[in-house]
Amino acid sequence: MEYILIFISAIFVNNIVLAQFLGICPFLGVSKKIGTSLGMSAAVAFVMVLATLVTWLVQTYALVPAHLEYMQTIVYILVIASLVQMVEIILKKLSPALYQALGIFLPLITTNCAVLGVAILVIQKEMNLGQSLVYALSTAIGFGLALTVFAAIREQLEMTDIPKGMRGMAIVLVTAGLLSLAFMGFSGVDSGLRGLFGIE
Amino acid sequence: MSYLNIIKNGIIKDNPTFVLMLGMCPTLATTTSASNGMAMGLATMAVLICTNVVISCIKNLTPDKVRIPVFIVVIAAFVTLLQMVIKAYLPDVDKALGLFIPLIVVNCIILGRAEAFAARNTPLASLFDGLGIGLGFTLALTLLGMVREVLGSGAIFGWTFIPENYNILFFVLAPGAFITLGYLIAIVNKLKK
Repeated sequence: MEYILIFISAIFVNNIVLAQFLGICPFLGVSKKIGTSLGMSAAVAFVMVLATLVTWLVQTYALVPAHLEYMQTIVYILVIASLVQMVEIILKKLSPALYQALGIFLPLITTNCAVLGVAILVIQKEMNLGQSLVYALSTAIGFGLALTVFAAIREQLEMTDIPKGMRGMAIVLVTAGLLSLAFMGFSGVDSGLRGLFGIE
Repeated sequence: MSYLNIIKNGIIKDNPTFVLMLGMCPTLATTTSASNGMAMGLATMAVLICTNVVISCIKNLTPDKVRIPVFIVVIAAFVTLLQMVIKAYLPDVDKALGLFIPLIVVNCIILGRAEAFAARNTPLASLFDGLGIGLGFTLALTLLGMVREVLGSGAIFGWTFIPENYNILFFVLAPGAFITLGYLIAIVNKLKK
């Protein structure tokens, strides 16, 4: 039950992009076509779950016992950067097809603040390993949902006649604002579910 | 290029928010009020100036292949320092900005300037570039925060002048951030012509 709550809350109620403002750069940058946004979402999901797993283990079994919690930022960013590099090398060797599909997105993920953000958030929220992994996966799905819906809207936007001053980034941001407004409709769902499941 | 020009470029011609559109996450997330926006801008500026100078000093010592990892470690070190200073002396700022202080590490403005400017110029020029871009970022965030604060909570830098009944809460919430920035960019585009 608790996992379902984390799942729904991370996808709809506290959507990583539209409510928490993490991962805005790929959200605005790679959302021109549905195809590429799906590829990006898959790559982010892969790295996000893996990075959360590794950073959680590093935090619990290395940083905390050694009282080096203040090194969190440096260690995490290094872990994520090397992880992305490793995933790239392994994918290239094992599955060239998947590498072809995700390859160009992988280097971009190192600077995706959503990955580092989730890794830090699960520690701040004092989640255990199971909760952390479910949270990372659901956040990635939430990211993918927002990105894909947004890409679909932008594909339609291409064909409309937009006032001159609003062209480019301006209309994109206003559209994102409306999408974020739509997702605000889900607020309160998590506390309702909490009551339903009887979780504090 | 004179140093004054470098600063002017950072604020106007290469403004990180309105022209380059970099570092959008903190821009949207921390501008619920003018003072929060300004605090975020200043924190980023502090890191940017330090990393620009250090990277410019070590640019000849770092092999090209490990350039990016070295830059990231330098940036992460300064962010950690800043995080500790803010936690110790400015607990209110720490509470308001929260997660976005460690996330300065992945702010594309900082790595972008390291690559585009500091790795090619003298330490002194890099210092002024950090100052200019940092000021441009701070001004943009303060402006965005100001607009959102006036419309959303009827105040400016915490000084309330519109009664609560006339506030439009929407602008302080998440969707308001996107829409306010969208219209500000439209206005900037109009003024540029």
